[in-house]
Amino acid sequence: MDTLLQQIVNGFVQGSVYAMVALGYTMVYGILGLINFAHGEVVMVGAMVAMSVIQLLIGSGLPPLLILLISLIISIVVCMTLGYGIERIAYRPLRNAPRLAPLITAIGVSIVLQNLAMMFWGREYHAFPSLLPNNSHMLSGAIITEVQLLIVFVALGMMGGLLLLMHRTRLGRAMRAVAENPSAAVLMGVNINGVIAITFMLGSALAAVAGIMVSANYGIVHYYMGSILGLKAFTAAVLGGIGNMRGAMVGGLLLGLIESLGAGYIGDLSGGFFGSHYQDVFAFFVLISVLIFRPSGLLGERVAERA
Amino acid sequence: MRNVLKHLSSKDRRGAWIAFVVLAIVLLALPFFTDALFGRGWVRIMDFALLYIMLALGLNIVVGYAGLLDLGYIAFFAVGAYCYALLGSPQLGLHLPFWVVLPLGALLACIFGVLLGAPTLRLRGDYLAIVTLGFGEIIRIFLNNLNAPINITNGPQGISMIDPIRFGEFSLGNTHELFGLTFPSVHLHYYLFLLFTLLVIFISLRLEDSRIGRAWMAIREDEVAAEAMGINTRNIKLLAFAMGATFGGLAGGLFAGFQGFVSPESFSLTESITVLCMVVLGGMGNINGVLLGGILLVVLPEALRHGSGPAQQLLFGKTLIDPESLRMLLFGLALITVMLWRPSGLWPSNQRRRELVAENDTAQL
Repeated sequence: MDTLLQQIVNGFVQGSVYAMVALGYTMVYGILGLINFAHGEVVMVGAMVAMSVIQLLIGSGLPPLLILLISLIISIVVCMTLGYGIERIAYRPLRNAPRLAPLITAIGVSIVLQNLAMMFWGREYHAFPSLLPNNSHMLSGAIITEVQLLIVFVALGMMGGLLLLMHRTRLGRAMRAVAENPSAAVLMGVNINGVIAITFMLGSALAAVAGIMVSANYGIVHYYMGSILGLKAFTAAVLGGIGNMRGAMVGGLLLGLIESLGAGYIGDLSGGFFGSHYQDVFAFFVLISVLIFRPSGLLGERVAERA
Repeated sequence: MRNVLKHLSSKDRRGAWIAFVVLAIVLLALPFFTDALFGRGWVRIMDFALLYIMLALGLNIVVGYAGLLDLGYIAFFAVGAYCYALLGSPQLGLHLPFWVVLPLGALLACIFGVLLGAPTLRLRGDYLAIVTLGFGEIIRIFLNNLNAPINITNGPQGISMIDPIRFGEFSLGNTHELFGLTFPSVHLHYYLFLLFTLLVIFISLRLEDSRIGRAWMAIREDEVAAEAMGINTRNIKLLAFAMGATFGGLAGGLFAGFQGFVSPESFSLTESITVLCMVVLGGMGNINGVLLGGILLVVLPEALRHGSGPAQQLLFGKTLIDPESLRMLLFGLALITVMLWRPSGLWPSNQRRRELVAENDTAQL
């Protein structure tokens, strides 16, 4: 019973990270109708930058929370710039090109980012400095650390803020208008290029936060962390219904739970044949099953089939 | 090789035959020249180049003809390689002959291709890209972990002591004396791979101008229009995918027999990207272009490996970037720049030109 609850807690924490990254995928997809393959690498860059900033400041005697805040801000700014750059270089010139073209440039961007990160930060795993006291609380049998609590709260807060932005502000209305019908939005005086750029930057900011969260949770940063995380977050977005922001949140949390429960129990279920190192496989099977049985996702209304 | 293809397709028979004979002699003599001039290591590199070209030609069917982005193509290579390795090594104690194992590997890869393609192909192309990307990673996870509790793949250590490719008593793993010439193992593999590469080129050429090939290109250009013309887009796309996977599996089997050792490390995403880069850089949908891309991307990294270290020493006084990551960085940049400025690749296909001409004709009517 305790393990069950523990798995649920872990799944929820991991799920909120997925949800944050999935939002980036789903926002871009909602507006441009394309999968931003480089998004996972933006998460990685966010984590790496934050790590470097923290390492620089950790000896300066500033209070840990302030250091965390500074690193968060710097990494958000870097990632937003990066997101803007990616959109500008790899996507905008190809907006009317055949579908294959932006997919290939996106792959190119993600390879370039990965290798640049490897050159800059090296091949090895880095320890993410722990700033917050590693206190943990008992939650009727399950252990949850303060870092994990913070992750869940920040994620929920940011998602709430994002929903408010989308539905209560002029910018949000412009974004929804572009997603609905770009040419009509232009006629209504919406600056499409601006809106798309802002979408990329918002998604990248979320990615930066998610990158810091996931590395604070595991205490490890690595240049290759972006690709598998990106794959899972994409799965989360599809699970919830790609293009749908609430869907991305639900899908992220759900995928986190599926993964952690699956990894926890697969050993027992398969009689010891499969172990928890197959954790990364679950997301893939979830993705395949969703695509077979409900391609529009749990909350998606639009049919995903489009030429 | 490229010249011959150009001539054959333009039906210029006489010139084609002369070029063909000259080229055949050059290709047959090539390993001996290379061996004498650059050393045996380069013959080995040529063998790998041929394997890569086979892979690139297979991927060209998927990406170039049908316009479907497959980011986990190396997984099919892995399936073929591991099929050969498991059925022809002490790992499971099986030693099935080459001509059983190789087609089996290709068939298995084909089945995997169908299984993977079926759920995604009725959706948009992006989904296929991400599912194949995932599949590429998953295959590696399985290969890495299927060593316990029952040891099937031997995990990260990989499978070694794989049987060499053998026709009856004639093993390609040994040096042979034929017609007064000495044929080392790498030379023999070169000829075998050349044969298979030519076979793949031949099939690709025949497919390109067939009903199926035209259907693939129609789907690539406009799926809705293709469907309206009565093409069963889903089956045709599945066919492209399965065909590409089959070639991948075939190349994988040859790789395992040649190398004598397979491990999950050889089948990383990097390899998928390398093959994709060959297709994109050379020219999607054009066999000549793909051949050019394949040759370039095997030779250049080798040159980079030998040249970049000393060059950096000279410029900065130390090695800042190791050649491997420099190679991937350049591949990534190549993908971006080619798509932005020359989407049809270094050697664009005639098909696109023909499409443009046809458009002008109808405009005049």
